[in-house]
Amino acid sequence: MREQLEGSQGIARTVARCRPEVVSAYPITPQTHIVEALSRMVRSGDLEHCEYVNVESEFSAMSVAIGASATGARTYTATASQGLLYMAEALFNASGLGLPIVMTVANRAIGSPINIWNDHSDAMSMRDCGWIQLYAADNQEALDLHIQAFFLAEALSVPVMVCMDGFVLTHAFEPLEIPLQNDVDAFLGPFEPRQVLDPDDPVTIGAMVGPEAFTEVRYLSHIKQMQALDLIPEVSADFRERFGREAGGLFSCLHTDDAETIVIVLGSVFGTIADVVDDLREQGSSIGVLSLKSFRPFPTEELRAALSGAKRVVTLERALQVGVGGIVSENVRSALSGTSIPTHTVIAGLGGRPITRKTLRPLFATAMAGELPEVHFLDLREDVIEREIWRASEGSHTGPHAESILRNIGIVRAEPV
Amino acid sequence: MAKGGGALTVAPQMFQARVHGRGGQGVVTAAELLSLAAFAEGLEAQAFPSFGSERMGAPVVAFCRTDTKPIRLREPIAEPDAVIIQDPTLLHHVDVFGGLTETGYVLINSARSIEELGLAELLTPARAGRVVTVPAGELARARTGRPIPNAALLGALSAMTSVVSQDSIEAAIHGRFKGKMADSNAAAARDAFDYVREPVHA
Repeated sequence: MREQLEGSQGIARTVARCRPEVVSAYPITPQTHIVEALSRMVRSGDLEHCEYVNVESEFSAMSVAIGASATGARTYTATASQGLLYMAEALFNASGLGLPIVMTVANRAIGSPINIWNDHSDAMSMRDCGWIQLYAADNQEALDLHIQAFFLAEALSVPVMVCMDGFVLTHAFEPLEIPLQNDVDAFLGPFEPRQVLDPDDPVTIGAMVGPEAFTEVRYLSHIKQMQALDLIPEVSADFRERFGREAGGLFSCLHTDDAETIVIVLGSVFGTIADVVDDLREQGSSIGVLSLKSFRPFPTEELRAALSGAKRVVTLERALQVGVGGIVSENVRSALSGTSIPTHTVIAGLGGRPITRKTLRPLFATAMAGELPEVHFLDLREDVIEREIWRASEGSHTGPHAESILRNIGIVRAEPV
Repeated sequence: MAKGGGALTVAPQMFQARVHGRGGQGVVTAAELLSLAAFAEGLEAQAFPSFGSERMGAPVVAFCRTDTKPIRLREPIAEPDAVIIQDPTLLHHVDVFGGLTETGYVLINSARSIEELGLAELLTPARAGRVVTVPAGELARARTGRPIPNAALLGALSAMTSVVSQDSIEAAIHGRFKGKMADSNAAAARDAFDYVREPVHA
């Protein structure tokens, strides 16, 4: 039955139906509503056989998750932004140990300048931490990906991050279908851990491994993620059969089969772009959009096949690799290596700047005309940039850029009001 | 769905409402309640906040879209079919009417008239009967003891448009709140509905 729900409440209720046994978390905007709701469910008894551990930091949240998962408990946490960075070391430990923890990342920018709004800087900064990273295009998919994430994590014994856009999804009210308990139980089955810390049958996990075997251990992690490339589509197909909805997979496509221009996106911007692409199609334009769901592992071969007929590929991403350009684009480019298909990067929506149809339409027109530069910053306020560069060149003690720009665009006044 | 009795109707397509107010006035809740009411009408609905400075008293905007088909669009609402202004002191600080469609509805929480607020230019023929002030804060205070105008303004909106019915607004309020809180806010919404439908105001 569909209900009109906040995304975060939908996530919490769906995670509860996955029957986690330990939830450890530290609140951080915009993830807080999810773990608050779960803590209430544990307290009220709606979520049974689960311990909620309210820790004092994200480092502890992941450390508790590691400990819990190592004892064979189905384990969940959620974080965002600086919180994800604070648990960075523990993230690598969780994946290195092969612990099937599932975590929601409510994507948010990283400071400085401090910013609570949505972009993908947080998850992208942790792209090499050994976790599977799945991106949700809408709230229903975010719910459904959590169920698939527990399955994938436990089947491969690898941790999985489900990335959903902070505020845009977490705080949006929309119709959601909460999966039924029986269906989730049948889909997931009980957790059968590959490794269990048990006082009655002691083992060591996390031993030091020297040069003699470190490469081999790492290589095995790589193999698991390569296996995930096969398993992710299977799990998505199984999910569709049981639940009657499309969710997950490596990527989904809209009008890409015969498209000259293919736009690649991650996350919730897919919806707005799908509306624009549908309009352009009606006007006869040859354009399609590909919504990437699995960023880690990266579906290199599968993408290459999906993009092979395109004349150009535009990757629109909500994160910036300072000094380089796009992050996702770099992976897309490697998938297309050896072909003559030009690739373009569009950096958009940083720190919560809305991505709107108004600027997407001319952007796509420029792209279809073959006039898009290799790297383009959408809606960049060039007057602001020029003025600030000029100002900063005027002296030696010119102060910080952020505060100067805010003064110039009138967000804060230079003098007391 | 339409309640008759002189209700103005909107085309059966996407309807976009923007709610302006200040932190603490239930702006986000207003958008959420509207989406709940629209969902109860069998419509697709999407509500989302635009968090600026999350401080008591700071300007806050929230959005609600409804449609007869699933909503994929996620951009903020730049061209609203309705603006709901919970705090008239924003009129001079925030571009609350920015992008308002030619036939767009305007609903302001104020005991003063549109002319008294200096907004006569909004009263175009295309917006006949669509630009209204309601003393929503006072109606809310009388029923709930607090001047939080959101529920009352939604009652007024349902009287102006047929996007959602008053019954759905009240059902949404009861779905979101409990007990006296729900009853008193639903009563305030009903009062505001009657206020707009009643052609002669004191």
